[in-house]
Amino acid sequence: MEEKEFTLIAFSENSIGLLNRLTIIFTRRHLNIESLTVSESAIQGIYKFTVVVKASKTLIEKVVKQIEKVVDVLKAFYLCEDEIIYQEIALYKVPTEAVTRSNEIEALVRKHNARILEITPDYTAIEKTGHKDETQHLFDDMKKFKVMQFTRSGRVAITKARRERLSEYLHKLDTEKLTVERS
Amino acid sequence: MKTKKISGSEAVLLSLLEEGVDTIFGYPGGAIMPVYDLLYDYQDKINHILTRHEQGAAHAAQGYARVSGKVGVCMVTSGPGATNLTTGLADAMLDSTPIICISGQVHAPLLGSDAFQETDVMGFSMPITKWNIQVTKAEDIPGAIAKAFFIATTGRPGPVMIDITKDAQFAEFDYSYERCNDVRSYVPRPILQMEYVEKAADLINNAKKPMALVGQGVILSGAEKEMLAFLEKAGIPAAWTLLGASSIPTDHPLNVGMLGMHGNYGPNIKTNECDLLIALGMRFDDRVTGKVDTYGTLAKIVHFEIDPAEVNKNVIADVAVIADIKETLEAILPLINQNKRDEWLNQFKIAYQYEYDKVIKNDLHPEKEELTMGEVVRRVNERMNGEAICITDVGQHQMIASRYFKFKNTRSLVTSGGLGTMGFGLPAAFGAQTGAPDKTVVLFVGDGGIQMTIQELGTIAQNKAKIKIILLNNNFLGMVRQWQQLFFDKRYSSTELVNPDFITIAKGFGIDGNTVETRDKLDAAIDEMFNFDGPFLLEVKVEKEGNVFPMVAAGASVSDVRLD
Repeated sequence: MEEKEFTLIAFSENSIGLLNRLTIIFTRRHLNIESLTVSESAIQGIYKFTVVVKASKTLIEKVVKQIEKVVDVLKAFYLCEDEIIYQEIALYKVPTEAVTRSNEIEALVRKHNARILEITPDYTAIEKTGHKDETQHLFDDMKKFKVMQFTRSGRVAITKARRERLSEYLHKLDTEKLTVERS
Repeated sequence: MKTKKISGSEAVLLSLLEEGVDTIFGYPGGAIMPVYDLLYDYQDKINHILTRHEQGAAHAAQGYARVSGKVGVCMVTSGPGATNLTTGLADAMLDSTPIICISGQVHAPLLGSDAFQETDVMGFSMPITKWNIQVTKAEDIPGAIAKAFFIATTGRPGPVMIDITKDAQFAEFDYSYERCNDVRSYVPRPILQMEYVEKAADLINNAKKPMALVGQGVILSGAEKEMLAFLEKAGIPAAWTLLGASSIPTDHPLNVGMLGMHGNYGPNIKTNECDLLIALGMRFDDRVTGKVDTYGTLAKIVHFEIDPAEVNKNVIADVAVIADIKETLEAILPLINQNKRDEWLNQFKIAYQYEYDKVIKNDLHPEKEELTMGEVVRRVNERMNGEAICITDVGQHQMIASRYFKFKNTRSLVTSGGLGTMGFGLPAAFGAQTGAPDKTVVLFVGDGGIQMTIQELGTIAQNKAKIKIILLNNNFLGMVRQWQQLFFDKRYSSTELVNPDFITIAKGFGIDGNTVETRDKLDAAIDEMFNFDGPFLLEVKVEKEGNVFPMVAAGASVSDVRLD
């Protein structure tokens, strides 16, 4: 089946080893993670994993179910590109000498909607947010100035849907979850 | 809440007692010694059984859990003690068996320093446990154990690993215990959605040729009675998976036999004649479906399952009800029309007769000189009449025993299904006998498998467990040899065994035994075994190159089931 890029989002408790538990699910199915971002979500104590992965739709559906099955995971779902607004951040370090020599870098910063973070006698740090092809584009344009360092973050994403799925789910848990009676 | 100051070690034992644990299978060592020291004081409340290898402890806990429905508990030391549990954890994970393994760990400040007998227990056990936790503070012990029991036993059960550092075992704290009944991120009981129950009922009521596929979910949920009520009202023939065995009595008129690779001819061949397959707590394992593209080609599929991840995993369901199967069956019963499908059932009888003439007759009543595995199982049936618990190892004897053993009561077959673990049988039989002390436990084991965990004869002897061990010896790794014969041009690569004298070995452990090689002595030998008050090893020398049929070859369609 055709492979597509999916953004998989999981919300979890903050427990040691959880990232490992999640990546095992990908490893076992020979899936490579394109990018991964983990940080605290809008709800305190709940962490959000954003994973970009290329897979078939059938496989990603199964992976999501396996992730949701992990005890400490509250909710997981996958989204296609048209269902999310997403960004990555890239940082570039170029020699300050190259910035002052001409106005080419300044023009690139303007053109790419980037911004300058710090200038020292040795280097100038530039930041750009955007999609991968956009941050790559700026990198390619600046290559001739001998970029000293370049780094790119994983993806962060929000959904286009009106409601937040996690708060919906948490509400449902509070109101509908059955307690289990054990002998 | 009342609290008292105790050590982490004592908290482990008190917490286990709170959960009703009275038996632990284990093996001591450096990093778990504080708990073992306390066990000495708790001998009247907790029976610790020393196995001969940690793998044995894990399989014993599985056998215990499978027959009793309770949690099997293991305790081991760090490093090799913990890694030796791996096979048991993986087995319990695939077969949804609730076991809790507690391992000692090096002192917390030494974690990650490659200290003596340190291993990454969290890391290695992650893919083969339902949940795991490392505890480094004494005060976290009761909470971890409470959560472990909740997770291991609810929803789709499974193994849980608790790794406790040695300093946490020594440290003292104010102990109190609270049972766990809720974990925010975990849904043990999905809410039954009536809408899908109604859709399923509609498909069932309109089906002309339905077949039920009974899995272990029915046993785990305790839904045997509800299943029978459902099957009987709707008049639906029921076939069972390997782990679903014994959930429906062998003699029940709607029981049409075992599914899958070595299952019965009828259920396999009829899979592609059915217009409806109703899966009851089973997961469409590849050993059941054969080639999945040619599985249930004419059938709609109804899937009753507690684990959402199993739905649409291997086979796409037309209607799925994700809930506890007992609840689902109770909800659907009033919606089901009373039906009798005599003509359809009769087709299974015809298929059975066909299989009987081609395979079963020769297995159970052989005319050749050599003994068959099947006739040994038949003789045990005649003697036990369905009242025994059957344990198997893995291989040809496993398939023969599952096919022919007569079941009257649920939880009467303990076998390694998903993982297919050779060496499972002997320790699992010991665990089963411990979990069901009043039952007769019969173990069928091959000459290959018994040698993988043969040291557990020591555990059996020390505890005087009255297990009846039937060693079906063909001097081959029989199932592999069968595949070599059928699919690898009879190139018997590394499958023939030069075996020890098993009876001498048994006697060395203090276990009585006997060998039988001829048919005329078989009855008397089986009687001797059952009449003997204690563990007994009966070695039956069976035909060297017998094969198990029917067989759906790996990757073949269930329609291409072979009878020879």
